[in-house]
Amino acid sequence: MDLNTIWFLLIGILIMGYAVLDGFDLGVGVLYLFTKDETAKRVYLNSIGPVWDGNEVWLLTGGGALFAAFPIVYATVFSGFYIPFMLLLAALIFRAVSFEFRGKVSSPGWKKLWDYLFGIGSLLPSILFGIAIGNIISGLPIDISGNYVGNFLDLLNPYSILVGLVSLSFFAMHGSIYLMMKSEGLVKEKVLPYVNRLWMAFVLLYALTTFFTFFEAPFQFNGLLNNPLFWMLFVLLLVSIVLIPVFVKANKFFKAIIFSSLTIISMIGLTALSLFPRLVPSNIDLDFSLTIYNASSSKTSMTAMLYIALIGMPIVIAYTIFVYRVFKGKVVITKESY
Amino acid sequence: MDTVLLSRIQFAMTIGFHFLFPPVSIGLAWLLVIIESFGFKRKEEVYVRLGKFFGKILALTFSVGVATGIVMEFQFGTNWAEYSKFVGDIFGAPLAAEGVFAFFLESTFLGLYLFGRDKVSKGVHLFSIWMVTIGATISAFWIIVAGSWMQTPAGYVIKNGRAELTNFWDAVFNPSTVIRFLHTIDAALIAGAFMVAGVSAYLILKNKETELAKRSMKIAVYFGLIVSLLELFPFGHESGREVAKYQPAKFAAIQGLYTSQTGAPLAVFAIPVMPPPELKAKIEIPGLLSWLAFGDFNAKVQGINDFPSNDLPPLFITFVSYHNMVVLGMLFILLMMIATYLLRKNKLWDTKILLKMFVWAIPLPVIACELGWISAEVGRQPWIVYNVMRTSDAISRNVPAGDILFSIILFAFIYLLIGYLYLYLLVKEIKHGPEPALVKEVLS
Ligand code: HEM
Repeated sequence: MDLNTIWFLLIGILIMGYAVLDGFDLGVGVLYLFTKDETAKRVYLNSIGPVWDGNEVWLLTGGGALFAAFPIVYATVFSGFYIPFMLLLAALIFRAVSFEFRGKVSSPGWKKLWDYLFGIGSLLPSILFGIAIGNIISGLPIDISGNYVGNFLDLLNPYSILVGLVSLSFFAMHGSIYLMMKSEGLVKEKVLPYVNRLWMAFVLLYALTTFFTFFEAPFQFNGLLNNPLFWMLFVLLLVSIVLIPVFVKANKFFKAIIFSSLTIISMIGLTALSLFPRLVPSNIDLDFSLTIYNASSSKTSMTAMLYIALIGMPIVIAYTIFVYRVFKGKVVITKESY
Repeated sequence: MDTVLLSRIQFAMTIGFHFLFPPVSIGLAWLLVIIESFGFKRKEEVYVRLGKFFGKILALTFSVGVATGIVMEFQFGTNWAEYSKFVGDIFGAPLAAEGVFAFFLESTFLGLYLFGRDKVSKGVHLFSIWMVTIGATISAFWIIVAGSWMQTPAGYVIKNGRAELTNFWDAVFNPSTVIRFLHTIDAALIAGAFMVAGVSAYLILKNKETELAKRSMKIAVYFGLIVSLLELFPFGHESGREVAKYQPAKFAAIQGLYTSQTGAPLAVFAIPVMPPPELKAKIEIPGLLSWLAFGDFNAKVQGINDFPSNDLPPLFITFVSYHNMVVLGMLFILLMMIATYLLRKNKLWDTKILLKMFVWAIPLPVIACELGWISAEVGRQPWIVYNVMRTSDAISRNVPAGDILFSIILFAFIYLLIGYLYLYLLVKEIKHGPEPALVKEVLS
């Protein structure tokens, strides 16, 4: 395997890590929009309070790694997605401060404001995540010299919006399972119906998306069906999706969240597999696509980065697991809570 | 308006606002390490309460720092696409390293520090604030690596129409990395010391939790004296020598030396008037600049007239920001010296006027940081990578001016709001003071 492929994999893993971890806390934020009860809100907030920030670092590190390994993609895609990106950043800013800000003033108007900012700050990234992936799958207007030549409205095409709804429904479902794990009593009872409904919405939307992908981006399927890796991921995906409601029903929420994590991991894996070796297909001419070869950094740089990743990431994973274990169990509201 | 100017306005605004917070977080984190270590060793309740109190201020500051920092991670791609393509091979690595080695560490352990006091042993809890602090400091290191590479690029060649890495360690430890890191981290420590000193002084003045506040004031004053002195010598001095050696045009600009001369004087005070560049009402010490820069009173120092005019940075703003940073640095030393003296004489608690000054001095180190930074970054102009790439060649060509204007307005609005609310909540938190000592917190 060459360095370019390794970095393709590593970026994929960072995106998976982001989707699994920040996925559930974004989902909790989306569900937060639909609860009115103050106790429930505080349980929601504090269920993710100690961990959301570490989860978001997966996004930041993914951005940094993309910059380092595939600078052309970083530059082209981010400047091409200018306005959606600015909205995403605005949403993330409000979301990040709302944890600290919300509880510091006791007026209801203040709380309400930060409730909305937190909720919308979670909703928007959940949809934009899918919209970005949808645009990448269907290809972007990249010209012969590798520049993005489309505009803002091109990005909001129906197919990408559909993928946006897939990610929204998935994150919300993922978050609802997490809440089942972290809450008890009345709060938990109220979350339960969401889990099943969201699961159904997600399965439906995902099936629909796969169907439309055949028309929207047929080139993604070239040679895919002959690839054993495709079939492995595909089976993993199906099994995981089916097992989620099984474990929810059995009250085994930790297992359920493991399988919803495997669901998103195999979904991203399948997308990556169909893209490979392209990173951003061009819908003007496939030959103009940005690939892991024409958009990459030099060997020296990718090698240095590989050492950084190999030394750093195992340590990160070790202490992340440690801290999650410290906070395992049901949320208890104390004086230090949000 | 042209996109270069708009892009620069947006960058200056977003990063200038972001940079208000990390120095305070980093400095405060180090002081919390000291406070929590005392608590761990002496097993006294006061330190736990101090830790909780300043921990809240850290959490607030940290969260705004994180929120505004997210923008920075992506802005090179959105607004500086040509730059990103040209330097990505080198510049991306420190950003990624910052994520892997620093962001994960600080944010994961901050959660543990803030919410885990009753869930883990005292040793693990102390360990968590150490990890937050080390993470924040490593984060500063990597971003300063990236910034220093733009000032004094090394370890690369120009190949395939871009800068390509040839030696990772040369790029990381380029000529200005180490001194810039030390100067900036020490600046953060000063900011932390003044935050703790100012807040403690306020509590003492209000006669609130004075026993607690006196402890933290003592720590902050001794610590603050040391770090303020270090900032002038060796860190400030060495920063100056580094600039004189590697960026002579910037050196001439920040020092206000408009004609080359031997035995160049140090301008202690002056009002720069443009154009023609001229210093009015100046107070100078003959020969001192030559000595400071090159260790010889008669050394020749290049002035502005030695450089082509299209390679010069703006003169007024660099001179003014640099000199005000130095003035503030002197003021910090003075304040900390007086406070130390009074502390030794046991008179500090009754010197109301000095305590009041400490309250008002809370924002000053942050202002000094901004000023120092403006002189360093504006002094690098018109280059984005010194002598390699011009700022005007670095923007995203495909982003229309209207889009940038939109994002400038968006961020201006958000930052004004968040900046205001931060101050409001900070003041509220300080006025509220530490939580009263409880008999024993009972958890359900
Ligand atoms: C006391 C005398 C001081 C001297 C002689 C001094 C000297 C310098 C010099 C020469 C630079 C420019 C470095 C460059 O362009 O590469 C600089 C930058 C800077 N200074 Fe100071 N400084 C002093 C005090 C302070 C203080 C008190 C603070 C803050 C508390 C501070 C914060 C900074 C910062 C943040 C930078 C920007 C570093 C960078 O990113 O390049 N300085 N200083």
